[in-house]
Amino acid sequence: MPQELVLTVARIGFLVLLWIFVFTVVGVIRRDLFAGARSRIVAAPRGLGSTAVGAGATRGKRGRAAHQLVVTAGSLAGTRITLAEQPITIGRAEDSTLVITDDYASARHARLVPRGGQWLLEDLGSTNGTYLDRSKVNGPTPVPLGVPIRIGRTALELRP
Amino acid sequence: MTAATEQPVSPVPSGSAQRRVPTRRNAELLLLLLAMVLVTVFSAAVEEGLTGGVSPDFWVPPLLLTLVFLVAHIAVRILTPYADPAILPCVALLNGIGVSFLRRLDLGRQPAAQRANYSSFAGDGFHQFTWTIIAIVVAIVALVIIRDHRTLSRYAYTLGFAGIVLVLIPAVLPGRFSEINGAKLWIRVGGFQIQPGEFAKLLLLSFFAYYLVRKREVLSLASKRILGIDFPRARDLGPVLVVWGLSLMVLVVEKDLGTSLMYFGMFVATLYVATERVSWLIIGLLLFFGGTFLANVLGATVGGPFANFHQRVEIWLNPFDPKLVNTTGYQLVQSLLGLGTGGLFGSGPGVGNPSKVPFVKNDFIFAGIGEEIGLFGLTALLLVYLVFVERGLRTAIAVRDSFGKLLAGGLAFTFALQVFVMVGGVTKLIPLTGQTTPFMSAGGSSLMANWLLAAMILRISDSARRPVVEAPAAAAPKLSGLATEVVRP
Repeated sequence: MPQELVLTVARIGFLVLLWIFVFTVVGVIRRDLFAGARSRIVAAPRGLGSTAVGAGATRGKRGRAAHQLVVTAGSLAGTRITLAEQPITIGRAEDSTLVITDDYASARHARLVPRGGQWLLEDLGSTNGTYLDRSKVNGPTPVPLGVPIRIGRTALELRP
Repeated sequence: MTAATEQPVSPVPSGSAQRRVPTRRNAELLLLLLAMVLVTVFSAAVEEGLTGGVSPDFWVPPLLLTLVFLVAHIAVRILTPYADPAILPCVALLNGIGVSFLRRLDLGRQPAAQRANYSSFAGDGFHQFTWTIIAIVVAIVALVIIRDHRTLSRYAYTLGFAGIVLVLIPAVLPGRFSEINGAKLWIRVGGFQIQPGEFAKLLLLSFFAYYLVRKREVLSLASKRILGIDFPRARDLGPVLVVWGLSLMVLVVEKDLGTSLMYFGMFVATLYVATERVSWLIIGLLLFFGGTFLANVLGATVGGPFANFHQRVEIWLNPFDPKLVNTTGYQLVQSLLGLGTGGLFGSGPGVGNPSKVPFVKNDFIFAGIGEEIGLFGLTALLLVYLVFVERGLRTAIAVRDSFGKLLAGGLAFTFALQVFVMVGGVTKLIPLTGQTTPFMSAGGSSLMANWLLAAMILRISDSARRPVVEAPAAAAPKLSGLATEVVRP
């Protein structure tokens, strides 16, 4: 009888532990398990005009700092870059931080530079231009959170 | 041109301290230790079930495994500090359970009186443990050599050529050097045997990823739209037909459906990821099903090289046929009976009769374990496989370069396909093939190749999650050698 009891405990105990392991792993990766799905929902209804950019800018200033750059449209959609204090270069050149394979992009198209807790978007003399939402970027322009940067067919945005 | 004349902004470090990106290595360590507790409990339960008591040194094999995986963990800390935290623990759990189960089979073969005194350093279990050490060392060396996965794309043609050579060696070698149990997949030299196809998978995938990054524009051109799906131009079918022919040749000459399905599935999946066209999947599936159907019909009528495949299909359709049940179908029948005996919760580790299934230590390890841990346990193990695959696919989405995306996606898919082919074969969902169950089956080639696969995913995952630190390209680009760009009207 005790032998059987020990066996049952070992058998059920192992199965319970196995499932605890599975749930712990899922718990660890939970944070980015659904990240892709959420970003799509957030990105979909955005069609801000120039006034909304202004509103977004004020929100960005008093709100949280950007910690991620996310590609929302184009061939690299879904890619996210964790931002540090270094500038991000975008273009077709192999040594860009974000190498975009887009026929409408230049080799060195644009860059994002952090300054004073903000990210400034700067066009590097590209052929087809860089757009912050709908307006063409001419000088260093602060980028608010969640406003799409458009380069060719690619769209990117800053996320907290 | 206004932008060019503006003063460029220089990066000024802001006052706030740089935000540290979490590497999540401690989460990995925690998961790894949990996995090792599981392996220890499994070993103890096995001894309890087989001998009616736990011997004083039951902890030796699990402890040795733990030490080896801790070394792997430290290597990950140093070499790929930002890699995904779930990959290594999942691999370690599967590998650890595999080694413990092989030891359980060793114990089961001993006479009951001697089981308690069976050495910790003997049998298939210890053999597999040594292979684990070798595989981890090889994986670490690979991580040291390949500091950036993009270097692989520089040697793509060499790797692809080496892959094809590895696939072909067993086919051209005379049967006595290459054939084991009817499948010509091996290179046997002396007492030593390796399965080159396991490594060829990785090499061919690196080549496919490189090739498709270059060619995907052309391959995603559509000509006709039928039933709402864009089909490619006839002349672009070339590469997919070549790989199809190659994999059918593997099926016929090397007599192995699993490997053939692997190569073809791998290519079609990477093609689909590269071009985002569903039509490639449809074309691929039609070609494969057509090919296997033809092989089956030829096997029934002509025989010869196709006979082996036809026989497998017969067993799959009717394993309980009185003519087959005690001969060629015996293995599958025993596997099904074992799984049935296990039921929902299994007979308990060490209590079942896995040794009734021939080849339980390599091809049928999943059936053997299934009898003892039941559907409940098998589902958990499959979920661990699923988590590994999901992390691979997530890595593919997150990484910043196209080559890395295709490579990681292809690796994760190939791994998933292999698990599907094996578990499907053991449970009679599809005809049985000679694949190994990744990380669990006895066998050095498979273990080493899968650890290399895990190392590649770790490497890509590290570069996907690593915060950007490189300095911006300062100088103006040279005009020569630049790609042409379309000027937007």
